[in-house]
Amino acid sequence: MNEFPLLTLVIWLPIIGGVAVLASGDKSANLSKWIALTFAVLTFLVSLGLWIGFDSSTAQMQFVERSAWIPTFNIEYFLGVDGISMPLIILTTFITIFVIVAGWEVITYKPSQYMAAFLIMNGIMVGVFAALDAILFYVFWEAMLIPMFLIIGVWGGPNRVYATIKFFLYTFFGSVFMLVALIYMYFQSGSFSILDFQGLQLGMTAQILIFIAFLLAFAVKVPMFPVHTWLPDAHVEAPTGGSVILAAIMLKIGGYGFLRFSMPITPDASASLAWLIIALSLIAILYIGFVALVQQDMKKLIAYSSIAHMGFVTLGFFIVFSIIQNPALSSGSVMGIEGGMVQMISHGFISGALFLCVGVLYDRVHSREIADYGGVVNTMPWFGAFMVFFAMSNAGLPGTSGFVGEFMVILATFRADFWWAVLAATTLILAAAFTLWMVKRVVFGEVKNEKVAVLQDLNARETFNLGALAAAVLALGLWPAPLMNVMHATVENLVTQVSVCKLPAAESADCVLARPEPIAELNGRPVAATH
Amino acid sequence: MPFDAANLLPILPEIALLITACVVLVVDLYLKEKDKGFNHTLSLLGLVVAIALTGAVGGGEREIFFDGNLVRDAMSDLLKGAILLVSLFAFIYARPWLKDRGMLVGEFYVLGLLAVLGMLIMVSANSFLTIYLGLELQALCLYALVAFDRDSKTGAEAAMKYFVLGALGSGMLLYGISMIYGATGSIEFGPVAQAVAEQGMSNKVLVFGIAFLVIGIGFKFGAVPFHMWVPDIYEGAPTPAVLILGSAPKIAAFALAIRMLADGLQGLLADWQGMLIILAVLSMGLGNLVAIAQTNIKRMLAYSTISHVGFIFLGLLAGSAQGYASAMFYAIVYAVMAAGAFGILLILSREGFDAENLDDLKGLNDRDPWYAAMMAIVMFSMAGVPPTVGFMAKLLVLESVIRLDLVWLALVAVAFSIIGAFYYLRVVKFIYFDRPAPNAPVLVTTGGVRAAMTLNGLSLLALGLFPAALLSLCQAAFV
Repeated sequence: MNEFPLLTLVIWLPIIGGVAVLASGDKSANLSKWIALTFAVLTFLVSLGLWIGFDSSTAQMQFVERSAWIPTFNIEYFLGVDGISMPLIILTTFITIFVIVAGWEVITYKPSQYMAAFLIMNGIMVGVFAALDAILFYVFWEAMLIPMFLIIGVWGGPNRVYATIKFFLYTFFGSVFMLVALIYMYFQSGSFSILDFQGLQLGMTAQILIFIAFLLAFAVKVPMFPVHTWLPDAHVEAPTGGSVILAAIMLKIGGYGFLRFSMPITPDASASLAWLIIALSLIAILYIGFVALVQQDMKKLIAYSSIAHMGFVTLGFFIVFSIIQNPALSSGSVMGIEGGMVQMISHGFISGALFLCVGVLYDRVHSREIADYGGVVNTMPWFGAFMVFFAMSNAGLPGTSGFVGEFMVILATFRADFWWAVLAATTLILAAAFTLWMVKRVVFGEVKNEKVAVLQDLNARETFNLGALAAAVLALGLWPAPLMNVMHATVENLVTQVSVCKLPAAESADCVLARPEPIAELNGRPVAATH
Repeated sequence: MPFDAANLLPILPEIALLITACVVLVVDLYLKEKDKGFNHTLSLLGLVVAIALTGAVGGGEREIFFDGNLVRDAMSDLLKGAILLVSLFAFIYARPWLKDRGMLVGEFYVLGLLAVLGMLIMVSANSFLTIYLGLELQALCLYALVAFDRDSKTGAEAAMKYFVLGALGSGMLLYGISMIYGATGSIEFGPVAQAVAEQGMSNKVLVFGIAFLVIGIGFKFGAVPFHMWVPDIYEGAPTPAVLILGSAPKIAAFALAIRMLADGLQGLLADWQGMLIILAVLSMGLGNLVAIAQTNIKRMLAYSTISHVGFIFLGLLAGSAQGYASAMFYAIVYAVMAAGAFGILLILSREGFDAENLDDLKGLNDRDPWYAAMMAIVMFSMAGVPPTVGFMAKLLVLESVIRLDLVWLALVAVAFSIIGAFYYLRVVKFIYFDRPAPNAPVLVTTGGVRAAMTLNGLSLLALGLFPAALLSLCQAAFV
């Protein structure tokens, strides 16, 4: 274990940076921006230490920090990462840099508050991924709402107030029931440690209720059909940076929640309700895919495309329960979860980049309507190249990161059920249809109007943003092995966890999952020593 | 029985306050109009001395003195400190408002100080009689404070309503006390508790008395269905008076409930628990729902108070040390939040203008980003969003309710807190998302007010990040 509190540093460095940016104010034009960029880059570099020091051979929590926070309730400042959360933390710190850069000249109203909000949010989101104490997790999870609420509301579009209050209340609604579930589990386990929760034996009724409480929280965040309606509103009204963070990181927190809470804590409820999640995921993929097809607004289109792609993530996660119930097919389960994880990281890059592309156009023309564009490639050749590249990766072109995750999930789904896989695979057609059709109307064709005719191509700042993300997409698409290696041990451990029945002995007759004894030994992680 | 001067030692804070009030009363007569600020200085000095004395005589074992009428224990130490501190902030915020309107007179401070004295007596009461005396001292001063702007018609109307309904509440309480006295033969909490333990629930007079006590407590807290006075008084009274009666008295009301229900009638928990559940659910429900419809921010905060009272009751009704501690934590935190919220309204007011409507908060972030941030912290804290202390307070009461296996009650509470979040967010919307009215002047405030508001706002954040210290103090009070 590492003695140096690296995770604490990654969480609090950007928050301190945010306070510094706030203190610097807007008196001198660029000071706050440079401070913000410095802290964002610094945080990213520090977070790389997690990757370098990570031991990918074990599923145990690493970089663990543990000290008392509220001793009377056994609430701890308990941090640690495994192969699932570590890549997501690096994604977070990575994307934040581009958000800061993208807002450089565009934000004119109180830029210091804008930059500070993103830095503080960076720290909080890292905290969500790193927290191993349920209350600490919840504090970060909810605290995240405050900066995002302000970002959309202050720097957003004309309908921003409606969008941001809807966003806040939707998410708040989802999460308060999770809080009740967390407190309930505290009385069962005597601690708020998530690892202790994973070792709990809960009856079927309790599991189902807890599963539903978690589902409310995470489904809103992902977002899954039918609680997705806040997302198109929030995306359309948010400033470019807000959309990027929403799509690239915040949606992933919902997916992460399923892996960290729902599946290992309530495997039996998950197994018996997996059909529901799978059905909702397939609806998201198919129905939302068609909805995306008819959008007139570029941001809305990408927002719906995000929902469809996140449907893949949840499909990959919960298809596992169909696979493990068939002993002959056990190998596919790891592939499903890993596919979902790769899809999350890849979608972080691609959706972030697409929103940046829309931002580039919006900054010049101040319209997001597809109909206002046409023939952009004639005046902005570099931009056209990037836009087409990201559109292709959004459609899942082999060689880009978008392909890897989707392919793995479809492959895993085939093991479970042929027809589900067929439905899921239609996304390759649908995503190609809605993204490429948009690109065709925006980028290609004749120059449509005077505004397009006078467009300037990318400046250095924008080229840096899109270039770096394009490199990331290509790297992950061509050589995903490093990412897989990092999470492999953790995902295997997770699959073991979700394959065992965690019902108490009295209800063992209801077990759908295998029931090896005793559960504590299977819980491959170091459970807290004493309580 | 010979009088022992040692009896006076534990009530030194109260004595200090009483002396200050008398001194202000006399000194005020000799002050010229331009020197009236001296009243303010004297009052703050008195409060600071009282805080210091509370610390000096506090700590140690529980002691009962004045023939069993007063008590000093860990709870009274903490609550006295909190009441004095919150009142100190209230006086600091009120000064510019009073000065602008030529009301910086001794009477305001005398009434305010005596109200605080009444609260302290409630906190240290060990018999029904003392607690009633403290309550009436506090209430009479507050009635007068509400009517303080004597040319204001709404103020006079509010004071009248407050007086009539307050008297009704006190009457109920007194009636309940008389029944308890009839059933147990004592007005001291200790012997009452003993008698209750012997008789149990068999004595119907006791149960009847409890019903009236709970109604009285409900009146004083402003819990539904005894809440009718709250919105009208918050709206009609001058803002400094609302600041004083909306913050620290909630702590005193908590002490009232704890002393009577826990110290005296713990044996009848099963009886009053059900009543408090009803009051809690109704308060959270009605308070949060009706607050949404308000455009006057004072009225909105009144309904918000009602909903917070519901949450305090959640902790109280648990009937356990854990529950009482969480309710105490909540009451103290609520008083700090309320002081901050009304403080901001006073800061926004100026000569000839009272900030009363949500519109008056428009574009505060453009006018003064620091106060905007403080108000946002207060609002997020009231909504119960981490990392502010409002979340910790809600977490603790929910925890104590779930401990009782009343999961449904916890679900009701969180459902209403979602509804509540909406109107707090709307305030933040006015502060951050709207631009200021074109004629809005620059905010001018004194350094003292700014420092106090900074301390007030940041303490909500600091307590949210490090709640353990205050929590352990609260828990130490109910070992």
